[in-house]
Amino acid sequence: MEFLGLFNYWVVIVLMMIGFYIVICSNNLIKKLIGLTIFQTSVFIMYISMGKITGGTAPVLADGITLYSNPLTHVLILTAIVVGIATTALGLAIVVRIHESYGTVEEDEIHAKDKQA
Amino acid sequence: MIEHLSVLQVIIPLIAAPICLLLRKSQLAWAFATLVAFLTLAVSFALLSQVVQTGPVSYELGGWEAPWGIEYRVDMLNAPLLVLISAISSLALMASRTSIENEIPENRHTFFYIAWLLCMAGLLGITATGDAFNVFVFLEISSLATYTLIALGKDRRALWASFQYLVAGTIGATFILIGIGLMYVMTGTLNMADLAQRLPEVENTKTVFTAFAFLIVGVCMKLALFPLHLWLPNAYAFAPSIVTTFLAATATKVAVYVMIRFIFDVFGFEFSFTHFPLQEVLLTLGIAGIFVASVVAIYQDNLKRMLAYSSVAQVGYIILGISFASQTGIMATLLHMLNHGLMKGALFLALAAVVYRMGVAQLSQMHGIASRMPFTMAAFLIGGLSLIGVPLTVGFISKWYLVSAALENGWWPVAAVILLGSLLSVVYIWRVIEVAYFKPVSESTPDVKEAPAALLIPMWILVLANLYFGIETSLTVGVSEMAAADLFGGLR
Repeated sequence: MEFLGLFNYWVVIVLMMIGFYIVICSNNLIKKLIGLTIFQTSVFIMYISMGKITGGTAPVLADGITLYSNPLTHVLILTAIVVGIATTALGLAIVVRIHESYGTVEEDEIHAKDKQA
Repeated sequence: MIEHLSVLQVIIPLIAAPICLLLRKSQLAWAFATLVAFLTLAVSFALLSQVVQTGPVSYELGGWEAPWGIEYRVDMLNAPLLVLISAISSLALMASRTSIENEIPENRHTFFYIAWLLCMAGLLGITATGDAFNVFVFLEISSLATYTLIALGKDRRALWASFQYLVAGTIGATFILIGIGLMYVMTGTLNMADLAQRLPEVENTKTVFTAFAFLIVGVCMKLALFPLHLWLPNAYAFAPSIVTTFLAATATKVAVYVMIRFIFDVFGFEFSFTHFPLQEVLLTLGIAGIFVASVVAIYQDNLKRMLAYSSVAQVGYIILGISFASQTGIMATLLHMLNHGLMKGALFLALAAVVYRMGVAQLSQMHGIASRMPFTMAAFLIGGLSLIGVPLTVGFISKWYLVSAALENGWWPVAAVILLGSLLSVVYIWRVIEVAYFKPVSESTPDVKEAPAALLIPMWILVLANLYFGIETSLTVGVSEMAAADLFGGLR
């Protein structure tokens, strides 16, 4: 039962490791960025899970609502999502420029071209 | 007005950045950005004097009370750092108009100043804020601006360096985010002062240990502690020279500040050093960093890269000071943070002048360059002496306190390591001095003139600061002493 209760956190760990592995082991810069995004997303899920209370609703001030989830973690992660999007966008922009000047987005080919020059 | 100082410090550059976009013209944007930098410098001086006179300044953002709203808190620990960031930024901006002429295409100049102001706002924000999540937000603001600034470098390898830093920096920042989240889940607060009060109740849980570990590793990534420094040499070597000046003098110092704040203030001395084997970890990595980076620096031909490795070594000294876990140790760390900012600022500005005239800073092309650029190389010489730690320079002062902190703990071998590290820096600085001063001018030496005044003036201001604070130490030593006493105040 405890395993199921912590289901969200297991997902977080699995996603985080998948993302991390892609960042480290992938040779393609676009794939690296995908891995980085998965890595960040796992942390978003962690924050969202932390604030959720079973049976809790959104924190609105209305009759009959007594149990609600913690909105703060959700708001915090909205900020982090925006930051994540900005990072991905900037990363992609750099990859576009790398492609313009090297003609490739594969890490080993970039190193090979730098060595030649 | 005066009570809003701590928020103005961050808001001024943050609002100035989009205004720069409206100015369009490169010259106009430069004048405006420099003006803004000097304005923030004035604000940070006012804040420092207020902190010295009346103690910590607390500011409630938007009028929301502290544990709920975001608090800006300036005390003896971060006030001097605010001054350092805005001072280096002002001086570097003064030189930037000339320096970027040959390094960045004309149509990108306005964007350069925008990214610079955003980076500065981020660094000042990390330093001024008293809210853990706010640290993450400002960290990302400054990092994103930094990636842009690095990618502006002339060489195409700058793009690869920027990408590498983006990946490493994002992983580091995400680790910090995980740490902050786990702290919040255990305490229900994000305010640093509030966290410090509530963490001891739950400090023997796995969650708090995990939070601490993630936070420290994330910050170490940002401050380029060996072996997490791999992004730094390329980033510093290929970024536009003036950007390297600014980053080398401030960015890693801010990360060190975050580390000190969390170790000593938020988690507390007791937790960090008795429940957690932090001392052994930092001591080992600090010493390894000093040696490995100094030795690698000796073999570099590109001088910007050489000084970048030297920066990694200097971070080793700074971390060593923390690992002493004593009041003298932390005081030496704080001193070395400020002093290293001054010396690396001067050294990289000298290299910016070399790059401005020669296009590159390769040692193999610099035979007898001192006869062509006497003022620039004299600045490099004094900056280098300061880096080594020769008496009458700031480098001597901080090394002195580091060694005495080591002896205070009875750690003779560590004191020897510090001195040995200085000898290694003698080797790599001497290589440059020998080539520049004692080798005759050869055919491979380009026919260049002395750097223009726009570069020489800020460079020499920093060089004179190196000498002034090396002789008249009461200000820097006094401030660091008070800050160290504050951090250890809870213990005595």
